[in-house]
Amino acid sequence: MPKFIRTVEDATIRFAGDSGDGMQLVGTQFSETAASTGIDVNTFPDYPSEIRAPEGTLYGVSAFQVHVGSKKVNTHGDVVDVLVAMNASSLKVNIPRLADKCIIIADMSGFDTRNLKLAGYEDNPLKSQDLSNFKVVAVDIEQEVKKLLKGSNIAPKVIKKTRNFFALGLTLWLFDRSQEHALRWLSRRFANEADILEANTRALQAGYDYAQNSSLLDFQYKIEHIGLEKGTYRNISGNEAVALALVAASQKSRLPLFLGSYPITPATDILQYISALKRYGIKHLQAEDEIAGICSAIGAAYGGNLAFTTTSGPGLSLKIEAIGLAVMTELPLVIINVQRAGPSTGLPTKPEQSDLLQAMYGRHGEAPLPVIAARSAADCFDSAYEGARLALKYMTPVIVLTDGYIAQGSEPWKVPLIAELPDITVKFHDDPATFQPYKRDPETLARMWAIPGMQGMEHRIGGLEKQDIKGNVSHDPLNHQKMTELRKAKIDGIASDIPDAKILGPDQGKLLVLGWGSTYGAIRNAADIMQNEGHQISHVHLRHLHPFPENLGTLMDRFEEVLVPEMNLGQLQIILQSRYLRKVEGLHKVQGNPFTASEIVEKISSMLH
Amino acid sequence: MKTLLDEILQTTQSVPAYEAKDFKPDVDVRWCAGCGAFSVLSPVQRFLPNLNLPKEKIVFISGIGCSGRFSYYVDTYGFHSIHGRPIAIATGLKIARPDLSVWIATGDGDCMSIGGNHMIHAARRNTDLNIMLFNNEVYSLTKGQASPTSHPGQITKSSPLGSLEDAFNPASLALGSGAPFVARGIDKDRQMMQDLFEKAAKHKGFAFMEIYTNCVIFNDGAFEEYTRKGIREDHTLMLEHGKPMLFGKEMDKGVRLDGYTPVVVNLRDGEYSENDVLVHNEKDSTLAFILANMTYHESLPRPIGVFLDLERPSYESRVEAQINAEIEKYGEPDFDGLLKGKSFWTV
Repeated sequence: MPKFIRTVEDATIRFAGDSGDGMQLVGTQFSETAASTGIDVNTFPDYPSEIRAPEGTLYGVSAFQVHVGSKKVNTHGDVVDVLVAMNASSLKVNIPRLADKCIIIADMSGFDTRNLKLAGYEDNPLKSQDLSNFKVVAVDIEQEVKKLLKGSNIAPKVIKKTRNFFALGLTLWLFDRSQEHALRWLSRRFANEADILEANTRALQAGYDYAQNSSLLDFQYKIEHIGLEKGTYRNISGNEAVALALVAASQKSRLPLFLGSYPITPATDILQYISALKRYGIKHLQAEDEIAGICSAIGAAYGGNLAFTTTSGPGLSLKIEAIGLAVMTELPLVIINVQRAGPSTGLPTKPEQSDLLQAMYGRHGEAPLPVIAARSAADCFDSAYEGARLALKYMTPVIVLTDGYIAQGSEPWKVPLIAELPDITVKFHDDPATFQPYKRDPETLARMWAIPGMQGMEHRIGGLEKQDIKGNVSHDPLNHQKMTELRKAKIDGIASDIPDAKILGPDQGKLLVLGWGSTYGAIRNAADIMQNEGHQISHVHLRHLHPFPENLGTLMDRFEEVLVPEMNLGQLQIILQSRYLRKVEGLHKVQGNPFTASEIVEKISSMLH
Repeated sequence: MKTLLDEILQTTQSVPAYEAKDFKPDVDVRWCAGCGAFSVLSPVQRFLPNLNLPKEKIVFISGIGCSGRFSYYVDTYGFHSIHGRPIAIATGLKIARPDLSVWIATGDGDCMSIGGNHMIHAARRNTDLNIMLFNNEVYSLTKGQASPTSHPGQITKSSPLGSLEDAFNPASLALGSGAPFVARGIDKDRQMMQDLFEKAAKHKGFAFMEIYTNCVIFNDGAFEEYTRKGIREDHTLMLEHGKPMLFGKEMDKGVRLDGYTPVVVNLRDGEYSENDVLVHNEKDSTLAFILANMTYHESLPRPIGVFLDLERPSYESRVEAQINAEIEKYGEPDFDGLLKGKSFWTV
């Protein structure tokens, strides 16, 4: 069939089906293909908290969304241009997300009477006028793969499971991408299962051919290559990036790496990833609970390791007392908190930014520590690495905040060489004659560090208040005041060791949009739109939330208004208002979904008028 | 892979000829006069020279409670942690640093109540840790509330009408959790304590020692039956590997099994002889359960000594073995390659 070429700057495709339909898998294959063939990608898996929810139900729909573009796309896409719907429920729940003229690739085998009933449809929507705003490409994928593999010895169960690769083939053609990446993956994954390999390989090709020959698909998308700087790239999720950052920091500091952790969604990937790295000499403990996760890390840090613990909101609450111990004993420790929607179990698979105040203030006593937030999947690497740098340099626990959106979402990442990463030098105190456990470096205020096994420097540390310099237990009132202030001064002093906040746009004007964490993409895109329309707005995105960059106050003063969009009810807003004594406007979203750029554009517009 | 630690930690050096006083730091010991904890501290300081380790390789980690102060009172590396968590902290330390000898001072509240989860899992995991559980059957540092080892009916400040709970039996709990070394000691018998510590130190794996320590303020005399001369002989069974289980002032009573149930028999009336009495075997885990289960039985003597002493590979040695096997298989690690992953592309 002769086809039109439709050149676009970006497009969003969403793969949706039952939890067991393999949508996460083909979504990942599609995004890796797109990224490795030179276009930008941003992904977001959106799945239910049930592992295999009952088939065909509305709440069992699992989706994977990919935003591709010829320039940095920043988000997983506000609206969907192409929906792959493997059954009636996955069409129904996604209709609110669809752009006008969205292409709906529907597997008719998922729209039988039973599926329609489960989705609550009286009539088949594929045959009604309800979808007239969209372009429906209805294919009976199950029949197609059965036809294709008829006569082979492949089990019917295996054949049925290839529907996702048929759909992948179809979409690869639609975006003019080669099948090579997916074929390579299949031959690696099913090297020892010839029938599964054959079935999926043929289904992939059949989907590709089907699209090419179909009269229903009369065009192909064309997306120009994004101009990237030279280098080696890979796709990376935020959770993988965190794990690799700690590995890199361990190499750079020349300290062994230790992870103490307890499984919790959406942070578990980090534990799993690290647990497979024994050949790199990396140790971990899957602890009996969250508390043992952090306490074992504290023990390893005490023994001279670069130690970290990973968790999500409820787990952070359980670890809080032990964080106080790390503050008091002034041991280096990186705490990764992959935020999810709360309180309590909340929406465990959905992102939120509602642990900021917990990270900042959620401890007993005066217990300040650095708080850092990552803005994107790839930025999780730089943020976690910075967390390790600060922890070791200042002898302090550090909380690094990511969230379910960027932890599980992925984007291309320019892979650094470890040799080129910022310096992390650790020096243990090696002179017993001058050793005092709480004697501080005059510049950083970090205490001296000597670890068990070092001769002549045997000493005791602990949770009781310590005498300045000597480190003996002290109940002296003035000493407690002094030590409390010293611990604060040490953390405050980090402000001079971090970069100034960078302003994206004019350095003064009507409105500053100030963000932190995973809202970066949506704010960036919204700011672009508004700036292109000639509005006097700028964007600042914070990595360091405690202490703040030194220039933040003066920077805010140069704008008439400041807007903080955040996925909570105004937590950074509260901190900024109390710290800088100025009014800050908030935009709050707690729906388990990230912001869309248009939601932020709308708010900016209303503030400008 | 060499790390900074390999450079700063001397591996071979001769161990100085220490004396007990070398393990006494220059601080005042602040337990109440007559506290049972003193009777643990002194044998610890006396046995440490026999450990044949440089003192910088020894670490004492404690939790919260009167026992928590212990780590300040031994001149080695020490870490006074938070309530219930010393075993969790020690677990991370020992995995990270298998070269260290790690000792834990904990109490019946710290270890059996708030820290119970860490205790059972450390036993199951078999990390090479030496646990000294100071059991005084009461919360002392918070001034006298019922603890998980307080006995039913015990009058405390939080159970003024008598405790309604049954007590934990620490030895049974440890055995049930898979601890390969389980023992019970008693503060008044310092030589026995010293021998016990030496035995625990030799054991490569999780060594659990319940130590009866008398609290002179809030639960004085709790263990008098097992400590007072003239009474204790009839109420304690001192366990010795390979020896028949005899007790009593004249060593004329024995413990024998009636089915699965231990019963006391009198060897003087001619019905039973020493040959009918159980012989202790530290390697028999079934016997260990039976002995531990004698605790709290009014009609049976309280077993004191080593219940079980089995060797199985420690957790940290399994970690090392897994790492070494992986390195053997894959060769020298390529960290830049790890960052790049399997699916990368070049621009």
